[in-house]
Amino acid sequence: MSERIEFRLSGSGGQGIITAGIVLASAALYDGKNAIQSQSYGPEARGGASKAEVVISDSFIDYPKATIPNYVLCLTKEAYRAYGENANEDITVMADSSIEIPEGKKALTAPIIETAAKEFRPMVANTIALGFIVGCTGVVSQESVIKALLERVPKGTEELNEKALYKGFEFADTVMGR
Amino acid sequence: MAEKNKILLQGNEACVLGAIRAGMKFYAGYPITPSSEIAEKAAELLPKHGGKFIQMEDEIAGIACAIGGSLAGLKSMTATSGPGFSLKQENLGYACIAEIPLVVVNIMRMGPSTGLPTSPAQGDLMQAKWGTHGDHPVICYYPSSVREMYEYTIKAFNMAEKFRTPVLVMTDEVIAHMRAGVEIPEEVEIIDRKKPEWGKSYLPFKVTDGEEIAPLAAFGSGFRFHVTGLAHDEMGFPSNNPLRNDEMIRHICAKVDKCNDEIVESAEHFTDDAEVLFVACGSVARTALYVVKQMRSEGVKAGLLIPKTVWPFPEKALKALSSRIHKIIVPEMNMGQLVYEVERIVKGDSTVTLLEKVTGELFKTEEMYNKAMAVIKQ
Repeated sequence: MSERIEFRLSGSGGQGIITAGIVLASAALYDGKNAIQSQSYGPEARGGASKAEVVISDSFIDYPKATIPNYVLCLTKEAYRAYGENANEDITVMADSSIEIPEGKKALTAPIIETAAKEFRPMVANTIALGFIVGCTGVVSQESVIKALLERVPKGTEELNEKALYKGFEFADTVMGR
Repeated sequence: MAEKNKILLQGNEACVLGAIRAGMKFYAGYPITPSSEIAEKAAELLPKHGGKFIQMEDEIAGIACAIGGSLAGLKSMTATSGPGFSLKQENLGYACIAEIPLVVVNIMRMGPSTGLPTSPAQGDLMQAKWGTHGDHPVICYYPSSVREMYEYTIKAFNMAEKFRTPVLVMTDEVIAHMRAGVEIPEEVEIIDRKKPEWGKSYLPFKVTDGEEIAPLAAFGSGFRFHVTGLAHDEMGFPSNNPLRNDEMIRHICAKVDKCNDEIVESAEHFTDDAEVLFVACGSVARTALYVVKQMRSEGVKAGLLIPKTVWPFPEKALKALSSRIHKIIVPEMNMGQLVYEVERIVKGDSTVTLLEKVTGELFKTEEMYNKAMAVIKQ
């Protein structure tokens, strides 16, 4: 069971959290791994908090949801309160820089939302976040995530999304000291 | 290393792809959470595969229209969830007595009534068997993976065509909504209904000694016959002849019952030397498998039986296991349904303990582990 890598991606509805989860799972398949993606449904998924989970493994995945996730992405304060704040020390929280995180907490942060709005378009915050996750964890190859991303984004936004993904890789290099 | 060339599919999408692979040419239904993606995907794909999609005014009309499509000669399907499954019961019985092939998908959410539309449950297991009145056969597949959604939808069409009876594909919201990699098989077996030959007398409801199932002509293809929900004679016209009533009911049950061994499917994990047996379906079976592996790593000899057909239930497989495993644990996302069937079959050979869950959430691994360990230590 130790080879399971679990992600919980959270933010607000419309941020593309679920698409990011689908792209991550799809990239894992391209790398020859197994992946299962699931997401929150119902009223809570409309405008409020949005959550996607991805489990990646080299072997068969039995339980399809996150048990204790290895990584939790939080793009909003609300998402951090719901999924990041109480995360134990085994969990790496990956968060937008706008979220205040107490000192001593294991967290990797990047200015995802602000960069999307200023340098790209707000809609690609999820793609920057995806690049950040993949860059920091190396859970899937960069080649596979690019392939999976370009297949899932709306036509005409491929170049924008690819650049946003590379921005996420850059942020990862910075926080990982590469 | 896992196999390559897999595509990422949602359970509900895999169901539609399987249906189209099986030859579905007609879908009639009324979208309802958490089955709506089935209607959505069928609407998108059927016209591209020479088929037709129609959204009806409600769930009753959905199944009635699918029955009509099938009678007209097209492989037909409808999909729904609890509230819609309740509404469809009368017409399910109609398809049983009129011997009409049909696939009905039911994605289980928490009930009763409107309940929790987006939450998983397993509260319809007994409804699938007893929901429509009268004696009738039930074939009900319960996929526990996205790949199985594809495979068992194909099998459901095959069994419907072969036995001229409605077949259920039932799973919970977790399996329907999760996405996983599926390798689409290159070859699959496809069964088409037998059609009558021109020039010979045609009796669509004739029962022969060998229990052979009469062919089914497409309505409007030139053969004249009658179709009714009333007890009927060999031509399909209403009859209340006691001998014919007996023959007809015994026939619709026996045509499926005598092939139980061919229909029943189950999977076993770590049962060879097991001292504790879990019996679980669908997404709950996935939690159970995780827990079984965890217990094994700690020296507890646990095993798992997963019924892939809930109806007919894998009775022989369970009987063989319960003759040597004396502790059985049945986790379910309901107040206890599968457990009744397990108790009926083991008949006191083993102690059977129900782990119930009605919070509208999938069993978590730690929760099932703790509850099961408490039972094991008793």
